Amino acid sequence: MNPALQGLVTIIVGVGGCVAYFYFSNQILDKVLFPPRGPNAGRNINRAEAIRPWLFLFPAMAALGLYLAYPVFETIRLSVTDRDLGGAFVGGANYAQMFQEDKFWEAVRNNLLWLLVVPAMATAFGLLAAQLTDRIGWGNIAKSLIFMPMAISFVGAAVIFKLIYDARPEDVAQIGVLNAIYLQLGGDSPITWLTVPFWNNFFLMIVLIWIQTGFAMVILSAALRGIPEETVEAAIVDGANPFQIFFKIKVPQIAGTIVVVWTTITIVVLKVFDIVFAMTNGQWETQVLANYMYDKLFRSNDWGVGSASAMIIMLMVTPILVWNVYNARKEMR
Amino acid sequence: MDNIAGKKSSLTWVLHLSVLALVLLWIFPTVGLLVSSFRTTDQIRSSGWWAALFPAVQNETLRSADPDESRVLRDDGLYMVSGNLYVVDGAVDTPEDVVAEISVWGTSSRNIDAYVPGDTADLGDGETMTVEANGDYVWIGNDAQISGRGQRVFVTAESPPEFTLQNYRNVLFDPDNREGMTRAFFNTLTVTIPATIIPILIAAFAAYALAWMEFPGRALLIAAIVALLVVPLQLALIPLLSLHNSIGIGKGYLGVWLAHTGFGLPLAIYLLRNYMVALPRDIIECAKVDGATDFQIFTKIILPLSFPALASFAIFQFLWTWNDLLVAMVFLIDSSGETTVMTRQIVELLGTRGGDWEILATSAFVSIAVPLVVFFTMQRYLVRGLLAGSVK
Repeated sequence: MNPALQGLVTIIVGVGGCVAYFYFSNQILDKVLFPPRGPNAGRNINRAEAIRPWLFLFPAMAALGLYLAYPVFETIRLSVTDRDLGGAFVGGANYAQMFQEDKFWEAVRNNLLWLLVVPAMATAFGLLAAQLTDRIGWGNIAKSLIFMPMAISFVGAAVIFKLIYDARPEDVAQIGVLNAIYLQLGGDSPITWLTVPFWNNFFLMIVLIWIQTGFAMVILSAALRGIPEETVEAAIVDGANPFQIFFKIKVPQIAGTIVVVWTTITIVVLKVFDIVFAMTNGQWETQVLANYMYDKLFRSNDWGVGSASAMIIMLMVTPILVWNVYNARKEMR
Repeated sequence: MDNIAGKKSSLTWVLHLSVLALVLLWIFPTVGLLVSSFRTTDQIRSSGWWAALFPAVQNETLRSADPDESRVLRDDGLYMVSGNLYVVDGAVDTPEDVVAEISVWGTSSRNIDAYVPGDTADLGDGETMTVEANGDYVWIGNDAQISGRGQRVFVTAESPPEFTLQNYRNVLFDPDNREGMTRAFFNTLTVTIPATIIPILIAAFAAYALAWMEFPGRALLIAAIVALLVVPLQLALIPLLSLHNSIGIGKGYLGVWLAHTGFGLPLAIYLLRNYMVALPRDIIECAKVDGATDFQIFTKIILPLSFPALASFAIFQFLWTWNDLLVAMVFLIDSSGETTVMTRQIVELLGTRGGDWEILATSAFVSIAVPLVVFFTMQRYLVRGLLAGSVK
């Protein structure tokens, strides 16, 4: 079947199926199982009301359970079994094997580097952009343009920045901006930036900072708008200069939002895959955990070590997960 | 007071300039890609994209017309070939279209700047060549000299900025181009639309239950949704792929639709619940008093009122599925490559056509264009969704 047609059929079946499920299951509940009439009308209404939420929730919970909750446990299981031994339990052997690989430690080191640099830089640039565009007439246009990279795929951004980092032989014109500037400033010969160990990590991080700054800016800009005017006015009256107002009055009041932005970008960083995959594929010491895992799962077909590395990612996400749940519960009381 | 006002205005200038600098820095990379996609291969190779905005100096090797066909016998017994260098080999059709301005030229590859326009080059034994600034030439010699192939001329010309749509024609509309983006474009579209629509409906019902229905375990479920929000989908790859294989879905569109639906649900439920819970209680209670069932309240009141939240999530999910690489690689693209999506195609081009920036830039821009249009038209909803979606 033509994929487009298949897509159309899927939409109709999916949407129609959902609507039909919700409609008929409610009908059955009200008309057949617990009709609100007869001798047990009151009891039936109560029972129907007790069951209805689960009718509404069932498809979502089934999908979530199958597509997100089950894989977590299955991955734990896979990480302590060996596929080649027919799924036999091997305890921590996969982890032990992984901990002996240099590539793994390189990935961990790089991931930590990403975690230190990207959320900090993106949040800082976002805060700067939010504060600067706050009070100017064309601020919305400026914000819109800084926000734009959010719509660009990681792969598209990888192409964009590969063009910037492009290096050509010394005797021809440089078409990568970075090398053109470098030679203009007196560099001796063009540098293939993505192959310089250690520093190339930063050239990859720039791509994600470029994308995530817009996100940080939008959220922080809304938070800045929410600051009570009186606090700023009081500071001005007391003779505070713009920097004091910003750092001592505004930033403390939006500290909560800064943490939210920071943790959200941290999660993105932990899962970063496309940028590394498209730009260096982990060569020249730029490996990160997500790409290491992809390598193990689909190139070496080593499900045990692959799952073990996925668990490492999960482990690094867990503190943020707990923190988010804690906050969400506190908010609901 | 005066100096405070004066201080303020100078500060305002600094403010405007720094915002301008920041904006330029942020759009500069994308502009580079866009400009490159409108340049020819030669232009991209000979200069950086920023030079496209100015006249470019180009070295070219051109050839006169084939003497055996176009030579004419003059009264003095010599043969002559005349015409315009650009008309035969270059991109233009008639001498009037020539836009280049030759600064220097030569007839030997070792000495390409031997003559200026208007000079007559002595090619030995009375054979001569004259080239004008616009590429007009006259080539004169005897029977043996004016034969065989056309005379080569090395020109250094300054050509004004020039842009072409040829790259887009090649990438999008050339049916023979196996690396074209057309198929990948439609594959991406096929992945995206069902994967955007289906989760919305499922999530909306669940969000309503979590927002407005009382039942035991509700708080726990909401906490679970918040937790699932950050579970890395990397964990789901192998378990779900083996699940798909064992129930016969294998790799294909159905699998990728289901996967995107599952991965998109936590955010969808979270966004929609937060929005629905803030709707005024009175409306819902009035409807209940008037005898509306939960199903009616949901379809007739909540769903229409929640349109902004639905739109926010739809945009998120659209951007995410359109831009996705990992899920498509794992659940969709099989070894035949028939179902490749644009992101995958671009990664492949990065490998095989690493230096051919006209192809890469154009392909990348084809894939970026649709999200950018969505982004600029629906930005309001995207911002609203971001504000609601970040866990506070």
